[in-house]
Amino acid sequence: MTQETIALEVFRYRPEQEREPTFQTYEVPLRKDWVVLDALNYIKDEIDGTLTFRWSCRMGVCGSCGMMINGTPVLTCAAFLETYRPGPVRIEPLANFPVVRDLVILMSDFMEKLGRVKPWIITDKEKPVAEGEYLQTPTQLADFKQYSMCINCLLCYSACPVSGLEPDFIGPAAIALAQRYNLDSRDEGSAQRMEVLSQDDGIWQCTLVGECSAVCPKAVDPAGAIQRYKVASTNDWWRSKLMPWGK
Amino acid sequence: MSDPTRYRKYHPKLYRTRMPIFWWVRKRAHIHFITRELTSVFVAFYAIELLFLLRTLTLGPEAYDAFLAWLQTPLALGLNTIAFLMIVFHSITWFNLAPKALVIRVGEVRIPPVAIAGLNYAGWAVFSAALAWFILTA
Repeated sequence: MTQETIALEVFRYRPEQEREPTFQTYEVPLRKDWVVLDALNYIKDEIDGTLTFRWSCRMGVCGSCGMMINGTPVLTCAAFLETYRPGPVRIEPLANFPVVRDLVILMSDFMEKLGRVKPWIITDKEKPVAEGEYLQTPTQLADFKQYSMCINCLLCYSACPVSGLEPDFIGPAAIALAQRYNLDSRDEGSAQRMEVLSQDDGIWQCTLVGECSAVCPKAVDPAGAIQRYKVASTNDWWRSKLMPWGK
Repeated sequence: MSDPTRYRKYHPKLYRTRMPIFWWVRKRAHIHFITRELTSVFVAFYAIELLFLLRTLTLGPEAYDAFLAWLQTPLALGLNTIAFLMIVFHSITWFNLAPKALVIRVGEVRIPPVAIAGLNYAGWAVFSAALAWFILTA
């Protein structure tokens, strides 16, 4: 019996030989147990070794194999080929990012934005080790756990039209991660983060399209995080106007 | 002696794309979003219409009757029907999104998102019923 195949139309951009990207079609076996990443690796190993893409864990943890499949940002390790039968399957690099080569995007801009929101625990005064651990109840953990599941795969930035239209927008994942630390009972850095996120390129750029949460492979719900942040920012503003003597 | 070593910085020839002006027509979710944003225009329309109605009260019964007559013209009926449908869409979409912004806890228990949306709908129903009673029994 002959093996059924499926066509993959893959975005190619080779800056040393072309100014504009092209699409190259590859026929790959349509195996039931293959995800799109397996098909890309098959192309790399058996058909065309020049195809360039990022990947690592193959199990939805590392967040490096995000690409646009038929116009939707997904983790290619979690997208079964069979879902796209009979094809062709169009594979492009994540939208809203500059492309370095083929399916590889430049993510330095995101890394800079992530650093700006200070995604680490900030304390006014660190407790001496002798005083023991910072204890947390299961309810306190539940407050931020959802946001801590982010794997920085950047699918949310690709799905967000605001990120595409306003490249300065700090963006869904960075804001969700800021919220992850704000809601942590051990953290005291929310005022510092609010200073960054209440600026023009922060939370108020978000128009709640909601696609960031729709594509998130880890159910982080960045859209929800941003809206909660807006409520907190508004409360802060009212508090500062009505009770200027308060903290 | 100064170090003559010079490093060449990494200068990739990046490929960048711009979002087309009609980016929102490609996906259903985006059309839904743009429609939701557009509904605010109809909210403004209703508000302005109400202001005009209030203005006629200060101008006397004739102006008021003329305005009511205008409201019964096919143009006004058509505009108000469209505005009504858009405002229903506006209300439903925003009520459904309310739980995203409101995370409320009672003690240790988080109020489920369905309950928050439900309270908004309940409030809507109560206010509408009260308004209908007020207008119809007046």
